[in-house]
Amino acid sequence: MNFGTKLIHASGDIDPATGSVSTPIYQTSTFHQFDIENFGKYDYARSGNPTREVVETLIAELEGGECGFAFASGMAAICSVLSIFSSGDHVVICGDVYGGTYRATTKLFSRFNIEFTFVDASNLEEIEKAFKENTKGLYLETPSNPLLKVTDLRAASKIAKERNAITIVDNTFMSPYLQRPIELGVDIVIHSATKFLGGHSDVIAGLVVTKTKELGDRVYQIQNTFGAVLGPQDSWLLVRGIKTLKVRLDALQKSAQKLAQWLESRVEVEKVYYLGLESMEGRELHLEQADGAGAVLSFKFKTLERTTIFLNNVKNVAVAVSLGSVETIVSYPAKMSHASIPKEEREELGITDTLIRVSVGLEDIEDLIESFREAIEK
Amino acid sequence: MTLKKSFETIAVSGVSGGDKATGAISYPIYQSATFRHNGLNNSTGYDYSRAQNPTREEAEKTLAVLEGGKESIGFSSGVAAITACIHLFKTGDHIILSDDLYGGTYRLFEDTYKDFGISVTFVDTTDTKTILDAIESNTKAVFIETPSNPMMKVTDIRAVADITKSKGLLLIVDNTFLTPYYQKPLELGADLVIHSGTKFIGGHHDLLAGFIVGNDEEILQKLRRIHMSTGATLSPFDSWLVLRGLKTLHIRLDRAQENSIKVAKYLQSNPNIEKVYYVGLEDFEGYELNKKQSTGFGATLSFRVKDKELVSKILNNVQVIRFAESLGGVETLITYPITQTHSEIPEEIKTRLGVDEYLLRLSVGIENVEDLINDLENAIN
Repeated sequence: MNFGTKLIHASGDIDPATGSVSTPIYQTSTFHQFDIENFGKYDYARSGNPTREVVETLIAELEGGECGFAFASGMAAICSVLSIFSSGDHVVICGDVYGGTYRATTKLFSRFNIEFTFVDASNLEEIEKAFKENTKGLYLETPSNPLLKVTDLRAASKIAKERNAITIVDNTFMSPYLQRPIELGVDIVIHSATKFLGGHSDVIAGLVVTKTKELGDRVYQIQNTFGAVLGPQDSWLLVRGIKTLKVRLDALQKSAQKLAQWLESRVEVEKVYYLGLESMEGRELHLEQADGAGAVLSFKFKTLERTTIFLNNVKNVAVAVSLGSVETIVSYPAKMSHASIPKEEREELGITDTLIRVSVGLEDIEDLIESFREAIEK
Repeated sequence: MTLKKSFETIAVSGVSGGDKATGAISYPIYQSATFRHNGLNNSTGYDYSRAQNPTREEAEKTLAVLEGGKESIGFSSGVAAITACIHLFKTGDHIILSDDLYGGTYRLFEDTYKDFGISVTFVDTTDTKTILDAIESNTKAVFIETPSNPMMKVTDIRAVADITKSKGLLLIVDNTFLTPYYQKPLELGADLVIHSGTKFIGGHHDLLAGFIVGNDEEILQKLRRIHMSTGATLSPFDSWLVLRGLKTLHIRLDRAQENSIKVAKYLQSNPNIEKVYYVGLEDFEGYELNKKQSTGFGATLSFRVKDKELVSKILNNVQVIRFAESLGGVETLITYPITQTHSEIPEEIKTRLGVDEYLLRLSVGIENVEDLINDLENAIN
């Protein structure tokens, strides 16, 4: 079955009881047991809910992994996966990780004596050097947020494997349509499904896929114990969103390419970060391990003044946090997604006050470029 | 002049009394992940639904007022709320817990947080002296359930609060069994109240939710940050279902309690039943104390059968009552704690408490009580 068909049919979508083509929403917390000697498959919805299970099975299939899990948010998915580690463990993590993940690792897990070393993950030597006796995990995002730096997933996961550590990849920016890290040697894939998978800015959700049943058992134990599970209604919205993942991303990528090229042509713009641009570092490596450049791009204005004017005047787009939706979302990493990273560290990573991130939406690209032109020329 | 609003009135209308923009009586479901900023540095107050969502906020505020707290925080499940509380502590800290408590809470502490270096001691919190004896130099909190699950043991919240206050510890009370309609632990000296909103608050066995309610700004702010960071947030739709459930909390509980008293008395009179555990029975050990600190008995009771064979007979033959885990809904549920809710608790503790092969737990619903009694009578015989 090809990927585009899997999106529509891999959820096993026809309800065997009623024939309903749309997955039923089992808005129930508990399940009647018909036989005390033999409990049914479901007992309590935190442990398993049929609607949630549909999206969990679907994402495992799409990512090519063994087990799938759905959580109440991307951060709940990330924190649940990080909870498989214990006091005394060490994890190597990419330096320009999403701000929420940075906060969770430095403010929460550090208090349980789980140690993190931040590295420039586009540099394999740095990754290798950071490994210690007690290193149990390698945590990556590629392309990274918001500067789209690329990590060689095959080589990085090999380094981890040789040292008996597991590799975890946040695949939110690409989605399984464009990049399937498990095929490249990664052990666990995480998604903020709020983004491209949900795709409509209407649901907060997180998904996890493990390569093996053994890792799946560990994640399940945490999911059932922490209870940061996804509700049935939101599970259903995800299944619904995933059906159009391919058509949305195909269209979004086309527009992102056009917008990136247009921005590159503007004198007010210092630099454009988009993996579809020939000028972009890491492009070749990225296209070896992924099937497209995605729909997120960043750019830097030459001046802070121009940045502020643009943000206050850009029309017909949402100036907001989040990405991966049908609407174009313009965000300001310094004050939004990466606000929790101290200014000094942030600037060192290249996340300056003149940096803007764009998650390109499904609007007509001519209209979108016109909106950007007006705001830039204001 | 602002009229005084009683518990029932707030429960029915919610804190904001519906939607200010459109007049909708039912609070809107804001099924939105993110919110548009009006301009740079000009947020509407809502940025991203994990941080805050208007529908969740309405549910949180309404529950906070009902519990007599400053603020409440909505989670994706009851154990997610408990998990957030544990995140207030760090490696090396020690916590004292009721030994008779929900199996999921036990699992959370024993399986997961032990690995993070948080140690726990399980004690019989009905005896305040055992709490005092269990306090160590690194003890940070006492966590209780009262009435307890499933043995319905009653802990004196005021007395425990006196201890925790004098020792500088946090007192956390899981108030799931009685809800603020019957018991307000914050008024009795607790620092934080936890709810599995899945139970009486939701009340229809159709959602999973958890809440923490508190008064201390500093602790609440820490919890907000944990909530935001770990992301176990309650979805807009489920928040709306909570608001919907709260509207009938008082009438559901009144009826469920009335039914519970009748069912408990029936079971007590049945020669096949050895003992009934329900704080609404005048001859039950915790009756007086529970009456002193709360205004009701709730709708959860346990009972012990004389003959083990009777367990499978009852579970396989009830027709009105459903054999399922959970409690607090409109439907009556029967649970077998030893293999269901309390399967995670070690044999030794279960045996000491009396959670054995003879014990069944009932969450009494709001069906016709004669039907419930007939159903039990029929299944027993």
